Amino acid sequence: MKKILSGNEAIAQAAMEAGVHIATAYPGTPSTEILETIVRKFPRIHAEWTPNEKVALEVAAGASYAGARVIAAMKHVGVNVAADPLLTLPYTYIRGGLILVSTDDPELFSSQNEQDNRNYARFAKIPMLEPSSSQEAKDFTIEAFEISEEFGTPVMVRTTTRISHSGCIVELGDIKDPATPTLEKYSAQWVMLPAIARVRHPIIEERMQRLKVFSNTHKYNVMEINNTTIGIISSGIAYQYAKEVLPDASFLKLGLSYPLPDKMIREFASKVDELWVVEELDPFIEQEVKALGITCHGKDRIPLCGELTPDIVRNAILNTKDEKGAQYNLPARPPNMCPGCPHRGILWALKRNKCFIAGDIGCYTLGFLPPLEAIDTCLCMGAGINHAHGISKALGPGKAKIAAVIGDSTFFHSGITGLLNLAYNNGTALVVILDNRTTAMTGAQDHPGTGITLEGDHTIDINLETLVRSLGIEWVETIDPYDLKNARKMVKKALEHKGPAVIISSAPCVLLKSRKVSGRPLKIDADKCNGCKVCLGLGCPAIEFRDGKAFITEVCSGCGMCRDLCAFDAIGGSV
Amino acid sequence: MNILMAGVGGQGIILASDILAQVMLVYGYDVKKSEIHGMAQRGGSVMSHIRFSDRVFSPIISKAGCDILVSFEEVETARYLDFLKPDARVIINRYRLSPPSVALGVDEYPDISDLIKEKTPHVCFIDGDNIARSLGDPRVVNTIMLGVLSALLEPDESIWEECFHTMLKGRIRDVNIQAFKAGRAAKIN
Repeated sequence: MKKILSGNEAIAQAAMEAGVHIATAYPGTPSTEILETIVRKFPRIHAEWTPNEKVALEVAAGASYAGARVIAAMKHVGVNVAADPLLTLPYTYIRGGLILVSTDDPELFSSQNEQDNRNYARFAKIPMLEPSSSQEAKDFTIEAFEISEEFGTPVMVRTTTRISHSGCIVELGDIKDPATPTLEKYSAQWVMLPAIARVRHPIIEERMQRLKVFSNTHKYNVMEINNTTIGIISSGIAYQYAKEVLPDASFLKLGLSYPLPDKMIREFASKVDELWVVEELDPFIEQEVKALGITCHGKDRIPLCGELTPDIVRNAILNTKDEKGAQYNLPARPPNMCPGCPHRGILWALKRNKCFIAGDIGCYTLGFLPPLEAIDTCLCMGAGINHAHGISKALGPGKAKIAAVIGDSTFFHSGITGLLNLAYNNGTALVVILDNRTTAMTGAQDHPGTGITLEGDHTIDINLETLVRSLGIEWVETIDPYDLKNARKMVKKALEHKGPAVIISSAPCVLLKSRKVSGRPLKIDADKCNGCKVCLGLGCPAIEFRDGKAFITEVCSGCGMCRDLCAFDAIGGSV
Repeated sequence: MNILMAGVGGQGIILASDILAQVMLVYGYDVKKSEIHGMAQRGGSVMSHIRFSDRVFSPIISKAGCDILVSFEEVETARYLDFLKPDARVIINRYRLSPPSVALGVDEYPDISDLIKEKTPHVCFIDGDNIARSLGDPRVVNTIMLGVLSALLEPDESIWEECFHTMLKGRIRDVNIQAFKAGRAAKIN
């Protein structure tokens, strides 16, 4: 049967067809739908959200040690979090097939950087497959399990946003039952003491040599010899763009793109007049081609930054230029926090207290935008608390008002250790945990604070206040961010506290059923509104400014924050 | 054939492009679709590319390669004019959602019809929201637009209905089929 599947859905389908037992992940665009699809369509597979990607990969390793086939999925920057286990895992014996799916995000559609995770395959010394369509996402993932078990190594399947989120036709295959896991011991291959790891390292190097031979004859590395004037080596989505632009050129399409098939590359290079490497982001393939002593075009003409498009590839190879279209100055439409978002209230309260606000990864990062302009740093998951601590230590006690904001899911991911450090090292910053009871930015996934697992089972519901106190924080207050006056007052009090302080800003995400807003739009009495624009300072998408007066549109959630701010009592309606 | 759908998060563009792609699969074409929806739920611009032919390579459309642009919001239409072929058709839902700078009174909401007419003469506006309200469900603008689009494409109405039946259920399916038919019946030039 044929179906249109996204790359992510195709990987989920592959998990079923390959007899996967367990799937682990922390949500992150563009990887999130892999586990969401597994849990929706394939309940046979045990799927879990883990607090972070390191945990996901380590749980996956355990499942593999028990002989189960397992898949760990994460966005590119998530692999950084999992890098510690990833770099040693190949030293250990991989028993059940273990696949790491890394979904990269060229163009940074929803990320803080555009790192090229193909480099991790080389760094960790593991084989990598790069699908260029949904059909390949499925086929390559299934093949990755075979390679993983044949060579006893983790295998990386690397996609990009355009693969993960594009839909194409996929021929569905037969479903395979998983092997039954058993408890066995391979301690001499699993206990990475120096004496053992020293012995294991040459085994990896020897394995990579065998994989190189394997890669040279692998069915997913394909030479397409057509017109030989131009020959293109490519992988992933870049192959499709090059094929679109130059369908008659010759291609060396790399599916198993690490280790690279050196003999095949030499043979292909000898058959074509002008050799090109067309790849997104880093010159990953190009550098290896050049290291073979082969001359080629690549990043001399193709940009290092951003995602490629057919137009960019055409212009690079054919030396053409886009016709410069007329430039229109259109008002931009950046993403914004939703109407009624509880983050808006606490960010407003922090801003009014004139403090430095170290930020983190989540919807609240959008509070950086005007008019709130309430986020001063954003680096990676969990960094904000540590930024605040570092800044306040550098400046010295009492010199400046320093706060950090972090969402509940991000706090569970990698904020706990930072808060422990703040308490341990006698820090003075204020940490605000934005507890909206979900992982909102990626589309509302559960986490250890929601009481529900990915599979919908009831489970623990971590009490943040107890957790924070147990880390050694004595000044802890839970507040309602919709009560602006109290929020502002509590922030002031917390900033005056001499030691570390934590405010838990507690209100469910407005996209959840448990939201605390009425959903009934408020109204502005135009006679009372004097156009002071104070309410507009919240940056709520439901408030517009028309003919010198504020105006509330039908997208208003009725949260009432603007009403609390209005000095003229112009905003009415039930909250 | 290359079709672009443009609009704002929450307008149902992803579902509309899913249905279109499914129809083309059933009709027998190779089909690819691509959209960016990372932060769309937060009110950002959304664009979906749908391509179908005997064989499709790139899931995204090249500049000056789009045959039909279906836009769910007026100013969003103008963001993608570089994608239009010289004789492209443009179908626009008559709906304005103020971008933040307009909402805050900094910018004016631009009149885009002249910009588009410089690019192609084949422009038509649809009162999608009015039609949707008359059907009693303001959320079906996406399937009304799909209906308008369908009149320009090869597959019979029966294939579209079949796909609505496989992809939607119950009352939602029924009202969407109704909306689709209303869109398909709308006269466009």
